[in-house]
Formats: sequence, structure tokens, C-alpha cells
Amino acid sequence: MASVTLTVNGKSVTRDVDPRTLLVEFLREQLRMTGTHVGCDTTQCGCCTVHVNGEAMKSCTLLAVAVNGATITTIEGLAKGEDLHPMQAAFREHHGLQCGFCTPGMIMSAVDMVRRKGTDLDDKTIREELEGNICRCTGYHNIVKAIHYGAEAMGKAGTAAE
Amino acid sequence: MSGTGIGARVLRKEDFRFITGKGQYTDDVNRYGQAHAVFLRSPHAHAEIRSIKLDAARAMPGVVDIFTGDDLAADKIGGLICGWMIHSKDGSPMKAGAHPALAQGKVRYVGDHVAVVIAETQAQARDAIEKIEVDYKVLSPVVAMADAVKKGAPVIHDVASDNTVYNWSLGDEAGTQAAFAKAAHVTKLDIVNNRLVPNPMEPRAAVGDYDSGTGGFTLYTTSQNPHVARLVLSAFIGIAPEHKLRVIAPDVGGGFGSKIFIYAEETVCVWAAKKVGRPVKWVADRTEAFLSDAHGRDHVTHAEMALDASGKILGLRVKTQANLGAYLSTFSSCVPTYLYAPLLSGQYDIPAIYVEVDGIYTNTAPVDAYRGAGRPEATFVIERMVEVAARELKQDPAAFRRKNFVRSFPHQTPVIMCYDAGDYDAAMTKALEMSDYKNIGARKAASAKKGLLRGIGFSAYIEACGIAPSAAVGSLGAGVGLWESAEVRVNPVGTVEILTGSHSHGQGHETTFAQLVSERLGIPIDNVAIVHGDTDKVQMGMGTYGSRSGAVGMSAISKALDKIEAKAKKVAGFVLEASPDDIEFKDGKFSVRGTDKEIDFGSVALQAYIAHKFNGQELEPGLKESAFWDPTNFTFPAGVHICELEIDPATGVTRIDRWTAVDDFGNVINPMIVEGQVHGGIAQGVGQALLEGAVYDASGQLVTASYMDYSMPRAGDLPSYDVGMTQTACPSNPLGIKGCGEAGAIAAPPAVMNAITDAIGHEGIAMPATPLAVWRAVQKTAPRAAAE
Amino acid sequence: MYPFNYHRPSSLADAVKLAGGDEAKIMAGGMTLLPTMKQRLAAPSDLVDLNALGLSGIAVAGGKVTIGAMTRHADVAGSAELKKAIPALAEMAGMIGDPMVRHRGTIGGSVANDDPAADYPSACLALGATIVTNTREIAADDFFVGLFETALQPGEIITKIIFPVPDKANYQKFRNPASRYAIVGVFVAKFAAGVRVAVTGAGSGGVFRQFDFEEALSKDFSVKAIEGIKQSADGLNSDIHADADYRAHLIGVMARRAVEAAK
Repeated sequence: MASVTLTVNGKSVTRDVDPRTLLVEFLREQLRMTGTHVGCDTTQCGCCTVHVNGEAMKSCTLLAVAVNGATITTIEGLAKGEDLHPMQAAFREHHGLQCGFCTPGMIMSAVDMVRRKGTDLDDKTIREELEGNICRCTGYHNIVKAIHYGAEAMGKAGTAAE
Repeated sequence: MSGTGIGARVLRKEDFRFITGKGQYTDDVNRYGQAHAVFLRSPHAHAEIRSIKLDAARAMPGVVDIFTGDDLAADKIGGLICGWMIHSKDGSPMKAGAHPALAQGKVRYVGDHVAVVIAETQAQARDAIEKIEVDYKVLSPVVAMADAVKKGAPVIHDVASDNTVYNWSLGDEAGTQAAFAKAAHVTKLDIVNNRLVPNPMEPRAAVGDYDSGTGGFTLYTTSQNPHVARLVLSAFIGIAPEHKLRVIAPDVGGGFGSKIFIYAEETVCVWAAKKVGRPVKWVADRTEAFLSDAHGRDHVTHAEMALDASGKILGLRVKTQANLGAYLSTFSSCVPTYLYAPLLSGQYDIPAIYVEVDGIYTNTAPVDAYRGAGRPEATFVIERMVEVAARELKQDPAAFRRKNFVRSFPHQTPVIMCYDAGDYDAAMTKALEMSDYKNIGARKAASAKKGLLRGIGFSAYIEACGIAPSAAVGSLGAGVGLWESAEVRVNPVGTVEILTGSHSHGQGHETTFAQLVSERLGIPIDNVAIVHGDTDKVQMGMGTYGSRSGAVGMSAISKALDKIEAKAKKVAGFVLEASPDDIEFKDGKFSVRGTDKEIDFGSVALQAYIAHKFNGQELEPGLKESAFWDPTNFTFPAGVHICELEIDPATGVTRIDRWTAVDDFGNVINPMIVEGQVHGGIAQGVGQALLEGAVYDASGQLVTASYMDYSMPRAGDLPSYDVGMTQTACPSNPLGIKGCGEAGAIAAPPAVMNAITDAIGHEGIAMPATPLAVWRAVQKTAPRAAAE
Repeated sequence: MYPFNYHRPSSLADAVKLAGGDEAKIMAGGMTLLPTMKQRLAAPSDLVDLNALGLSGIAVAGGKVTIGAMTRHADVAGSAELKKAIPALAEMAGMIGDPMVRHRGTIGGSVANDDPAADYPSACLALGATIVTNTREIAADDFFVGLFETALQPGEIITKIIFPVPDKANYQKFRNPASRYAIVGVFVAKFAAGVRVAVTGAGSGGVFRQFDFEEALSKDFSVKAIEGIKQSADGLNSDIHADADYRAHLIGVMARRAVEAAK
């Protein structure tokens, strides 16, 4: 067993885990934070995307022990209470989700996209940057739209720099 | 009505939990004391099981128990079933081989279930699985349909010595032959409809639980139709009687048909929960999903179309082989028969049609309904045929279609269906405008200048949705009725709960169903809750597939709301001291005609429960009504999709430049949600046409068993879509709804392939039109262009 | 995954010691190793995580770019200095995997793994990079031995990779539509001394140099110079996404596009 301490959504947590525990398993099974999903075994679908020290990563391909000490943000940590993060609000406003399973990963990716690419995102950039997120429901049309407007809203709200 | 009624773009009520990570999917359900199941799957496509040795596996850490097919048999647990009886043209019933949840004596595809290990953790169960020793006698597999029907081919099920489930036919053979006899031109085409893997992003999962105090089972499962699952698990598989079996399908992360069926895994989990005395959880990984989710499509077809000299279609002859895989999945038998052949008339007035379909067993995963189910296959045949016919006759593809459109309704086709309403010309006109068809020549020239090949392709699709009139499908072999149920519970404060047998796994029922109620009862949409997916809450239902939830599910709600309104009028009559006949109900208020006496809906609800204004002999207290809606006909959504694309002949890469969709879904409850359904359907259809294809090698190994090899459409593979609508109300249900869930997936593949064949100048390419396939096809006719 | 012992050494010496074990495996970003372990295709007794060693950073000096082995793809792709020195290398790093993978995956891990469809091996080979380990320096030409096979000895750890700055270079990648690895990736680099062309994704023996193209381009660095040169399909991979003929054809197309785009 290995002791892992993480700061997850602002809260410090410590658990003793089998070294083979993936970060996503740590979140889902140890912390019962089930918003982060698993949709594949090959690091492709992006349903498990979280932020590790501020950068988007696939939590299905990280050992929890290997990110010991890191600061993690999950989908559960984006909204401030009832106040949605602008990107969450944009997904709702533009119908950027249907079944909702890929959505947490999509939103975490989108927020990271804004961090890297800015708040003025064209469709081509958004589509390219979604390389690592697969959605089976929406055909991406409304996801692209949601990210465009979500990015814009992050710019206005000043959340892009956070 | 405010902006939340029928026709409004209401934002989805369900979204808050999904965007904040609070959705509750089956894998998010954890029961106290649960153990974890992992299935040992066959590594062979076809093999006899001589023996299974479990001792070493049992000795592994954390193992709770291990079961095989013998244990299920000892408990008299029945096999999985196929619920639709198809008769061959000679009248004999289909040949359904036994489908045990855990193999008994034989495995028939890679991924078939051999044993289950239940352990403290999933990792321990996986460790133990590897210690099970199975002695297989490997048999020759049959992977391709052509090989399966050869004389002397290995036999997959003893009941079907020629590996053929049925030889089925529909239509007038002699009449069709006569049509061909007088044809001026005959168009012929060989068509392959590629095998797909549905791939909802949430893999299947199940948690079985048993309460030894009450003797009741609970199954949490990723199902599109929990009541059907309960019915099958109870009445056919024999887990427990229905009143002792609760099935819950919580949030479900997409289905696309693949979560209709009752699979081995949930059967074993719920059964095993009692055997081990603990909840048992199973979650598929993606490779398991590829191996064992029911696949879709997989047809090989030869079609011939008879035409007169002017281009009027005289007849259509279709011969299809449908791959049904190694076992008959829950509804597999009806997909290439009654969900396929009756749609082969398309939007066209075709006097004579004859269709033969052979259902074939192969050593591959079972094949069943996948988004569209039979209708995409039919649309692909007819829309490729009309496009090629127009080309051969040197007619404009749009004009050719117009010439043959059905123009008066109702229209009885030669293949069962009676189209009730539509205006195919209107959709074509609008699509041509939106796509700027008249300037396609200039755009082609501009592409050619860049060394690119531009093509345009049409798809004037029709589908049969609103599945389906119970007696009608019963006469065709269905084992169930296909009505839907609803219950409207009005609370004393005037809020409303709608209990529906439909199931939402992305469709947005919590919003659209509430819009209907908000509109009808004149109450805020936030005062309406939609309850679904739990057999203990909702009495009965048939679930969601076949674009049926609006047309059938909402019709049931509408019918129950009629009863609520009638009862509430009686209550209002007592309160307002007037005859119920004089009570009007409008905008949430009951009023006495010709007076200013009125009472709002919430107050009537309260009076219904207080019951002070009437006595029990006059009127029962309470305000709760239920209804079953059995459709009077299928519904017939139709439309025109136009795909315009560019091919780089140097690499074979296809880029879709424009997508125009014009759909007639009848009346629309929420255009935002409907457009979203269209987008998603198109993406799956484009996926089928350009990217996706399940490939088995000659030994029956699935080559495309992960996202490393199976190409899922990503954002960068797809365009934005230009979506428009026309509208003819559906006369066959009270809301005039036709259904929209499958349209895109049905329309898109022929639109893409018609565009690709337009660009490359010949018909010699099959789906998926991958860069490799397109490059090869380009070379066949244009070696100079391809050399770059 | 099978059980393993996890180690996170803080010094290279400790890492080397730990990595020398029979069944030990080194983990850099883990972007290939962890999926392999999840599928139970690898069963290391000990996993040696290099993430506490530092070993990251990009330095440009004296006509050379030095990239620490643990530098993430995203940092390579985003480096302003590198974009000036060898823009093709930065662009190539930006084509690996997806944004999330690029945040974790490392240049050293990719090079050491030598996946026949990975991008970095072609850059190393075309640019004539030097792979520096804890014990020695290895020329790229000697480093990539075969499929997933390099000149690295057990326990040997890459510390940095040194790339000579070319006059011009470009990388063209034709992606596998499913995995997004390279079906064919061609890296072209023009130096005063000549042109080097390396091909990844296509060869059944892993990354290789296309000497015919190199010879022609060294004489005349133009699309025309290689238009007539046919890449043989012998020794190229065939799979459901691309057969050998198609790959051979794509090598020509990608090489010409790389020459055209080189800067």
C-alpha cells in the first residue's frame, strides 16, 4: 500500500492505496466523486479528464501515487455552489450535451483549452483541440458552439486566467 | 403559454446534474458489501468446452465464488431469448439456437461468456480469471456469411444445419417480375452495409442485489427499457417473479439500441447476488463492449430496379443476407426483416417490390438494433439505387427523385407500410435552396483548381417510427405489445409527477415531457417532475428506441392528461358550483363559461385532495390518472439530406464541406433538442460512411476491439450541420409527432456515399470510405489525378 | 494491472539502480506504459517513476537544441525558443496524441519506447539527434534498432536529447483515423551537409531513413527532385487502415508536402 495525499477541489485528502490505483479510481472509489467517468481503456475517449496542477490530463492513465501531492480539479470542483462555471453554463445554454457521460471530460478539456488558447476560439481550433474527447451523442456541433461561447464568457467573467 | 410550452427551445432540466458531475450512472451505484464480477470470455470463435477447472482460481485472494453454465442450469435459469418470431417463406419458424448466459458445452464467438468470478475487488477477480483452466476443442469458425452458407460449413447451432436462421420474403414476386419484364432500363447494384459497434460512451454495467428478508431482487442496469428487462428476466429467464424483481435504469450514458437487449452479464449479476449473498457489480471495459455489445447492420445485398424510359420506377427487387452473429439477440430477428424490407419503397411510388432476406449465423458477436435498425440499411439500398439510376439515365438526381416521389396520402406501399402524411417535394425544395445546389458546378470547378474532387450526394430518406401498433406487430411475430404507459400524479399543491415507461438516456425527456405538461396544465415547467427508469415506481412500459418516446410515450401522457383535465373539471364544478360541462380550462385556470368565476389549477388540485366540496359517492378524491397509448399506425418522418465533400486524390482523405438537413418530424416539442438529435444521428451516419467498421479476421478474432483500431468520429472529422425543417403533422397520434431520434443516422450514409461516388465518378467503393478505400477507388478511374 | 512495487527515486543514480532489476520498468509519462499494463500486456515487478528527477527543460545554444528527457510534449510544442530554432520539432510535438496526453507524455519516454508509429523517432533520425543517457551518448542512427527496440541497455536511462538546428525542416503526419498515431510520418531536415529524411509509422522494422529521397533532395531541395522517385512497398506495414502500397504512396506524398512546407 502507498499513502497518497492530494488536494482535490481545494480539500486535502489522504488515502492508503494499492500502487496500481489509477487517479480515476482514487477519485471514484476512494473519494466517491463519481463525476469523472471511464469510457475506454486506451486513453482516447477523454471522459476521465481532470486538471492536475492546472493542466488537463486523463485520470485513467495516471497512477494516483505518481501524482502524490498534486492539486486536482474535477468536474465537481468547477461550480461555486449553485453558480455554474461559465463553461458549464455554456454547455447547458447551447445544448452541448445529451446523455451527459462524456460531458465532465468535455468541460474540463474546454476549460483547459481556454487556458492554452485564449477566449477567442474559432471552430477549427476547437475541433482540433477536441482530439482527445469523444462524444457519441451530439455530433459535436453544439459542443463546439458551447465551447466558443463558454470561452467568450470566461473572458468576460475573468475566469480564464484562474 | 409562456416560453416553456410545446415548440419552445427550453433549456434542459436534466443538465444541471450532468454538467456538475452529479449524474448517477450505473457504475456510480455502490451497494454496501458489494463484490465484483469479471467474466471469463472465450478466446476462440468456435470451440467445444471439454472441461473447466476452477480449483486454482478459487484459491486466489479475494475470490468469493465462481460460476459456470452448469450452475445456471442447476438453478433452472433459462437462456437469453429472441422476442420476435420470424417465419421463413416456406412457413417454418426461425431456427433459434439456445443462448445460455454462461456457455454450456460450446462457445460460439470471441467474447462469449464462459464463467464468472466474483471477488472482493475487480482487480482480484481479474487475477483469478487468469487461473481458470478451460480445455477447449477448437472448431473451425465461420466468420463470413458467404462461408457460413456453403455446403459442409461448420455448424454453429445444431438446430440450423445450414447456419441459416430464416429465408424470409416480403412483397409480390410475380408482380415484381412482371414489372422488370416491361422495363426500359434496369439498374443493378451490389451493396454492403458495414458492421458497426454502437459505442455509447458509457459502457454497460450492472449491479445485482438480493434482500433475503423479503426475497426481492434489485437490478441496477444500463437499460433503455427496464420493464422489458424485468419481463424477460422474470418470465423467460426465471430469476424471480416480476413482483420480486425491481429493475432500475438510472442515468444511462447513451444507448443507440445496444442497451435495449437483455444480456448475459446483468442476468448473471442479479442471479449471483442471491448465490453469494452480496450485491454483485459488473462494469464493462471498452474492449468487453466491443466484444459483447450487440453489433449493428452487416448486410450484403444485391438490388435491381426496373425503370421505364422516362425514369419512372416500375419495380424493385432486393436480395439481402443479414449477419445475425452467433446467437439471436433480443430483437435481432425483426431488424433485417420487418424493420428493413417495409422501408424499401423509400419516398417513392413504386408499384412492385419483392424482397428476400436470409438471416445467417456466424461465429461473431450477436447483431441487433443499432440507431435506425433496419431502416438505415433500407434507406442505403433505395437511396443508392435511385442515385445510380439517375446517373445511368443521365438525369439530375433531385429531379429524378421528384419524378418518383409519393404525392398523395395516405399512400399504401407494396411492402406493408401505409404512409399517413408527408410533403417530400417541400423538403427537397428547401434542401436545394439551403445547399445552394444551383451553384454546385462552380464549386466543383473551384475544387478542381485546387486539385481536389468535389462531390454532392442526396438522401431522401423515410423511416417508420412510433413503434408500434401492438396488434399489427403481433401479427408479424412480435412477442410483446408496443404501446406506452403514463401516469400523471398531481400533488395537493398542484405540482405534478409524470411516471413514464419511456426511458431517457440523452433524449431530454425530463424537459420535453415537462413542456407538454406545462403547456397542457398551464403550470410552470419547474413544477413538473418526470419519473422513469424504475419498475417499482412506474408500473409498466416498453422503453425508448425506434424514435418512439415522443410519438408513443408522450401520446400516453397526453391521454392521461385528458383524464386529469376531465376529473379536474368535475372538481372545479363542485368548487365553482357549476356543471362540469360549463367549465372551461385555459392557461391553467378553470372558469365557468360566461362568468368571471375561476379557480387555478393548483387550487383545484388542493380541493381534489381536501375533498370538502364533494362527497365520495359523487366523485373520488384525489387527482391521479393513468393511460396506455397503443399507436394506430407507425409514424413516417422523412426528409432530404445533402452532403457536399471534397476528396484529396493524393491521399484519399475526404473532408465534408457542407451538410444540409431538412427533416419533417411533424410537430416539434423542443426544436433545440430535435436539432441535437439530428446532429448526433448525422455524426453516426457519417461515422458509418467514412470511418467505422467492425472487422473480424479469418479466425474470428475481432481486429477492431478498441479505439486504437475502431475509428470513432471525432470533432475534427465532422462539419457543422445546416439543419432546417418542414412540417406535416402526423395524423396518427394526438400530438402530431413523428419522431426524430434516428433520422440522421438513417439519412447520412447514402448522402455521403452518393457524394463520394459523384466525386470519383464511379460506384466502386463500399463503406467505410476510409482514406485507403477512397485512394484505391480514385485510382481505379483516374490514375492521372491520383498520381499528384 | 498486475501488482507491482512503485518507486519514485529522487536521484538518477537511484533510478538507475532500481531500473536495473530484471522485471523493472521505467515510467516517464506513462502514456504508453500504463495502458499496456492496464491491458495486462506488461507485468513489471517494479515500476520506476522518473517524475521526481527533474530532467526537463529546453535550451538552445551553439546551433543545438537540448531537450531534457522528462520534458512534456506540450512544453516542447509551446517553447518559444524552439519554435524559433526548429519550428518543425515544436509542430511535431504538437501533433502527438491529444492535448491531455501532451501534458503528461515526455520526449524521453517516447524515444525510449520506440513505438513504430510514434512521431519523435522520425524527428531524432532526420535531425541526426544525439540521445544522451546516464552512461553515454548514442547517435540516433545507432539508437533505433527495431520495433520497440533501441540501443538502450537494461537500466540505462535517457537524460536528454540534443538536436542539431537544421536550415529548414518539416514534419508531415498522416494519422491513423482511429488511434491517431502515424500511419505515415515523414520528417525532412535540410542541413548544409545534406538532407535527411526519416519515415515513421510505415516500416515493419520501425522508423527508417529514406536514402533515395535524401540523395535527390541533397542535390536539389525541391518537390520536383523527388517526384519521380518511387518508394518501394517492400518491408512496409499492412493493416486494416493502410496496406503497404498505400503507405509507400503516402511516404512520397508526405515527403513532398514536407519539402514544400519546410522552413
